[in-house]
Amino acid sequence: MLTFAILIPLLASLVLAFVPLGEVASRWTATGAAALSLVALVIVWAGGGDGFRAVAEVPWIPTLGIAWRVGVDGMSLALALMSALIFVAATAWPLKLHDARAYYAWMAFLAGVSIGLFVTLDLIVFYVFFDLSLVGMYFLIGRWGHGDAQHAALKFFVYTLAGSLLILIGIIVLALNMPTLTFDMRAMIDSPPLAAAGMVPGLVFLAFVIGFGIKTPVFPVHTWLPPAHVNAPGPASAILAGVLLKMGTYGLIRIPLQMMPDTFARWALPLAIVGVISILWGSIVAFAQDNLKRRIAYTSVNHMGYTVLGIAVAGSALGSETARQLAMTGAVVEMIAHGLITGALFLIAGAVWQRTGDYHLPNFGGLAGPAPRLTGAATLAAFASLGLPGLAGFVAELHIFLGAFGVYPWLAAIGLLGILITAALFLRMLRQMFFGDLPKERAGFTDLDRTETALLAGVLILVVLIGIWPTWLLSLIDAASLIPTPGAGG
Amino acid sequence: MPIGDLAPELAVLLTAVAVLLLAMVLPQRRHGWCALLAAAGLALSMAFAWAQSDAHRLTFSGTFALDGATTWARFAIPGLTLLCVGLAPRWFATDRRHGEFYAMLLFSTLGAMAMAGAADLMQLVMGVLLSSVTGYVLAAYHRDWAISLEAGMKYFLVGALANALLVIGVVFVMGMAGSTDYRDLAGAIPDNPVALAGLTLVLMGLFFKLGAVPAHTWVPDVAEGAPAPAAAFLTVIPKLAAAVALYRLVALTPETQALPLLVALVAAATMTVGNLCALWQDDVRRLVGWSSISQTGYALMAVAVAGAVPDALPALLAFMSVYGIANLLAFAAIVELRGRTAIADYRGLIRKHPGPAIALTLAFLSFVGIPPLAGFLGKFALFVATLEAGLAWLVVVAVANTILSLFYYLRVIGPAVFSRPEGAMATLGGTARATFWALFALLLATTFLWSPVWSALPRALLP
Repeated sequence: MLTFAILIPLLASLVLAFVPLGEVASRWTATGAAALSLVALVIVWAGGGDGFRAVAEVPWIPTLGIAWRVGVDGMSLALALMSALIFVAATAWPLKLHDARAYYAWMAFLAGVSIGLFVTLDLIVFYVFFDLSLVGMYFLIGRWGHGDAQHAALKFFVYTLAGSLLILIGIIVLALNMPTLTFDMRAMIDSPPLAAAGMVPGLVFLAFVIGFGIKTPVFPVHTWLPPAHVNAPGPASAILAGVLLKMGTYGLIRIPLQMMPDTFARWALPLAIVGVISILWGSIVAFAQDNLKRRIAYTSVNHMGYTVLGIAVAGSALGSETARQLAMTGAVVEMIAHGLITGALFLIAGAVWQRTGDYHLPNFGGLAGPAPRLTGAATLAAFASLGLPGLAGFVAELHIFLGAFGVYPWLAAIGLLGILITAALFLRMLRQMFFGDLPKERAGFTDLDRTETALLAGVLILVVLIGIWPTWLLSLIDAASLIPTPGAGG
Repeated sequence: MPIGDLAPELAVLLTAVAVLLLAMVLPQRRHGWCALLAAAGLALSMAFAWAQSDAHRLTFSGTFALDGATTWARFAIPGLTLLCVGLAPRWFATDRRHGEFYAMLLFSTLGAMAMAGAADLMQLVMGVLLSSVTGYVLAAYHRDWAISLEAGMKYFLVGALANALLVIGVVFVMGMAGSTDYRDLAGAIPDNPVALAGLTLVLMGLFFKLGAVPAHTWVPDVAEGAPAPAAAFLTVIPKLAAAVALYRLVALTPETQALPLLVALVAAATMTVGNLCALWQDDVRRLVGWSSISQTGYALMAVAVAGAVPDALPALLAFMSVYGIANLLAFAAIVELRGRTAIADYRGLIRKHPGPAIALTLAFLSFVGIPPLAGFLGKFALFVATLEAGLAWLVVVAVANTILSLFYYLRVIGPAVFSRPEGAMATLGGTARATFWALFALLLATTFLWSPVWSALPRALLP
């Protein structure tokens, strides 16, 4: 079933590459493929179960211990579901395009590899999907972006390939230190390699942190993110922020935290500090931006900082078990929530670009008059992003900070400042965009059309649902099972 | 010494002679038949190799090793040469000496095959010299084009020096160890400065064939100036052979620490120099030339850990096979575009000629090692072998270089895919186009065939 969820979009992308479909047909082929993936994942979800479920394995290169292994636990299933949903919304998003068929082919391709990354249980297949996501995004930004898109795409590709190669080295060293050469994630989680203290585990851990840190991104390796976001088309930004960034934090949990827990615990404090710096840096720099997309992009750095803080707390092996579990729950919920919320925000930014070709905030104002639906959606998403109680962001940040206060109280206290600044910057953004006088050149600004409204509503309803009734998500994630028992090795 | 043991080599030799004779009797406009004959001879050679593929012995008084690596070379070298032949007919259609080109190509192939199977230093010298001497001619085949002559001249000057050093090195080793036979030399080369100097000089000769630092300077000139089908041949075939020969040589001295270290340092220097020089190239053919130097650097990683880990040899062979296919594909795309070479001419290529544009993209991404292209699996195998042997620093250098290389590959891919086209671009067509698509399919197929090929690759060498 999981294999289907990966193959359907990839097949759709092949079809789109070779069959001369029209623009509308292409759009619905790609959207339909993503929707079918979503359905397949929902079926797996409905099947229930504990630990890794829906497991399937087909040998690929047996002599090197590489196989096509798929299977999900609560975290990866939740992330895959969220990714599929964002892909449905982003692909269906109406857009005026050149070469529409190729665009939708890349979107479907990206949907397949992103879902594949979350549901695979083989480190090499994971790496394959990790790299392919870069290729897909490179072509999407470079070909359909605006402004200095080629340069942004190049920077994105080179930067993140650097990260992924570090991850590859780490993966190989881990596999070579298994009793028999294998890239099976389950085997490595069950008996973590590189258990002893020393140089090698530390360096491998560093490679993973830098590699995944670039993708996440955390300060100071986040500089590829703003240009990539600003120049990408709106839906591609939504995918970049909503799905691709999650690959970094997902990898951080799956590989260093679960496969080398002892080393992780030794280095948890520096990682937590990096998380807090990202929180503050992201929010302060976002505050100073006048470009709508750049501002949202920097809030991603801020939000992923919360996630990294939560992950570091969860793997710290300090404080009470409850605190660590709270932090882990928070980190995973933050990934889901950030995916949905920022996905929605970038789609909204895309809608604004589609209508005005402008991101400069001071050029806007008073849009609440002509575009009440856009205003409503943007307000809801912005409030969710700044952590208003009753919305998804709050649930995530509450868990992370409850956990963090139990382990690193000082860091948690500093990190709280980030929430304050984020609130200020989003409120300012809403005021600049939607209130005050409508500038003359914005006369005739049209509201969201029916498709756009429906897609945004679909995403934002989940944000509200997670905010007021998060139990279903928390029980799906089952954070307790994600944190390895301390002292088990690695 | 049954003569049949060398049937694949003899098939190439006799075909070369036959092609030469045919070219003398045919009128120039019918010289395309020589290509057909050459192709048939190469196919016959591969068929003979197939019949002997499970042999595992030394032959001709121990001068020639019939083992897994030779078998690999006997498939890879004629097979890829066959594709080079396919690129040539239209390219040379107006050349007065069109038919003789194939004879020269086959003699060079023979030299490469002899080099790959050599189990004796004298035999190695013979193979290197035959491959080099014919190589100079191939590089300068456009006799009235200054750049081609310059390429041939540079190739010749560097080659003459390197080959002279090779011969001197062989003399040193023979003087110290008392033999040139690999059976006697295995583990028996005395650990003294003269023998070590001799081995280093021999390596220098092979570094020249591989295009490794410090004997790499000919590669970009040949890539730019030689006729594109010859450039494709010269940047691939001699390298395949030299990689095997080098591996055999380094595996002879398992207990010497200096040799693997030397190779590791050369590997690091080669990949770095190749990449740094490629960074700002505005000429696609020179860029591919420099990139092929850096690829040699990666391949040398496997030689540096020769004998230390069992997967070093298959990693080397797998990497070289994929490199060969991808490099030929890149050149095939350039041939199909009639040798156009300025990066600016490639702007918007995908809208005019999607085939060559996609092929170049795939070949370059395979060089970078983007999965699931086979280039990734080759590089992955190299990394595994090198990390297993404990040379982590070398892997880190290789990773840094890979990132660097992505930058200049994207300098070609980016404008080709993202920009608007300007002006028309002619294509060559004919067998070149057919060969181009065959290579395209081959590169894609390696991705899927990797698993069976990997397990079929040899782990052990003679003697």
